[in-house]
Amino acid sequence: MKINQDKCIGCGNCTYVCPMGAIFVNPRTGRSTINRDECVECYACYNGLSAENLPPGVARLARKIFSLLALRFEPEPDICPTSAFEPDELVWPRVVRRAFSDPRVPHESTGVLGRGTEEVKTNELTNRIKIGEVGVTIEFGRPGVGARFREIQEMSRALARANVTFEENNPVATLMSNVAAGDIREDILDEKVLSAILEIGIPVHRLEEVIRIVQDVERRISTTVILGVAVRCDENGEDQIVMPILNRLGYDPMRAKTNLGLGRINLRPFSMFEAQPKMGAKPEALSDA
Amino acid sequence: MTNTLHRFGSAESFSDDIIVFALPALGKSGQEDALPVLRRFLQIAVEYGPCNMGDARNGGALRSTRFKNFFAHWFKRNKPDFQQVLRTMTKSTTMSVVFDNLPAAQAFIKRIKDEDLGISVNVSTSLANASRCCEYAGLVRHSMNYSLGFGSMGDKLPGQHAVMLSTMCGHGMISHSFAKKMIDFVKEGRRSPEDAAASLQRFCSCGIFNKSRACRILEDARIGASESINS
Repeated sequence: MKINQDKCIGCGNCTYVCPMGAIFVNPRTGRSTINRDECVECYACYNGLSAENLPPGVARLARKIFSLLALRFEPEPDICPTSAFEPDELVWPRVVRRAFSDPRVPHESTGVLGRGTEEVKTNELTNRIKIGEVGVTIEFGRPGVGARFREIQEMSRALARANVTFEENNPVATLMSNVAAGDIREDILDEKVLSAILEIGIPVHRLEEVIRIVQDVERRISTTVILGVAVRCDENGEDQIVMPILNRLGYDPMRAKTNLGLGRINLRPFSMFEAQPKMGAKPEALSDA
Repeated sequence: MTNTLHRFGSAESFSDDIIVFALPALGKSGQEDALPVLRRFLQIAVEYGPCNMGDARNGGALRSTRFKNFFAHWFKRNKPDFQQVLRTMTKSTTMSVVFDNLPAAQAFIKRIKDEDLGISVNVSTSLANASRCCEYAGLVRHSMNYSLGFGSMGDKLPGQHAVMLSTMCGHGMISHSFAKKMIDFVKEGRRSPEDAAASLQRFCSCGIFNKSRACRILEDARIGASESINS
């Protein structure tokens, strides 16, 4: 991402919206500037800020006059008043930053928007996680910290030493030079991303061991780590096995993504514009819910 | 993709935060042309009064704008536009709907079950809410993905209210600084919680931001009410 210095009026709105805090108003030029080493190419500034088209010269003059009168020109906090952000042509290895940071860019490896795979979200069709197995998602850099691949490699190597197998379609795994050793390509190790996820599938009896490895590595790296643990429920829709293990390890999960098991091999056939929504109609079902 | 999973807050703070999303299984025969089914999923959702909905590729019900007109600044609207989501969906991807009340979410899930769309549907909320949804709809949970929370992060994170707001975009598009700025604006009386929440919502790129919960958090932050965090 770059900021057109001819358009920027230095209002500072963008300095707040950067998830990495990588934008600052340069006191020498009075224009917003991006710290390129910290920028993860997430495009939050470009996509999130509404772009308006005030003439930069007029806006600067207004700011100067207001300033002389000890008043402040203050645009709405979620706009760039002069549309100063311009996407940059990204080349390897910097392009990796965007692939892991901008959620609107699908990974070539997965075809899924975002930083992971379908996990158990389509498990009733894919059978990715079976009874007696757990899927563990180890997410780095969230919220708002960011991660470099060198730190992620610390974790992937530790897990590989324990003979843990990585989900092969996971975006980080596709960037490994040696999957068995957990080595990530040398040329991207210093690249920073908003977040990245390692995904593994293990038998339930190895869950405690794996979580302890993750906890140990987490203490040595400077980024943040969040864990997700995916399970296949029993025939009654319950999980009697994994939750007790998590409780024993000191976790008390309160939130989960629950797959309702509604997927079928064949989708119900629809034409694209069949059945228009009834706007404002209160459905009958709501009255007894 | 764990964008809806790791939200900061206590179980109570998720009482008005229920995300239901649908997606096709990639590469599975019979799931290829899912766009009409996903469209139907969102059309049905509109009937049940969601507080947000979105398409992972094209955005949520309240998006940033690209105005060329100099005067457009004065005509910006802060109302979610569900029809825009339906109009602009172009490819089969994850479609999400956010509810701020359990009865509506329960009724919606029951309807989706009855419609038998054949697409995978997940609900992301507290374990208790998910249980109640399944019970109401007569569904048996197939799989679950637990969030183990943010417990080990300690003082790496800024104030709790700002984190609760920023983690409502699991893709990390809402910065802590901006969430804090909006809290300060509300505290100073420069913005209403609704306007501040709308500004935040525009940054969420897939429509999973819960504006009702955000307003509640901003109100709590305004008066300095502390949230009991047990994550």
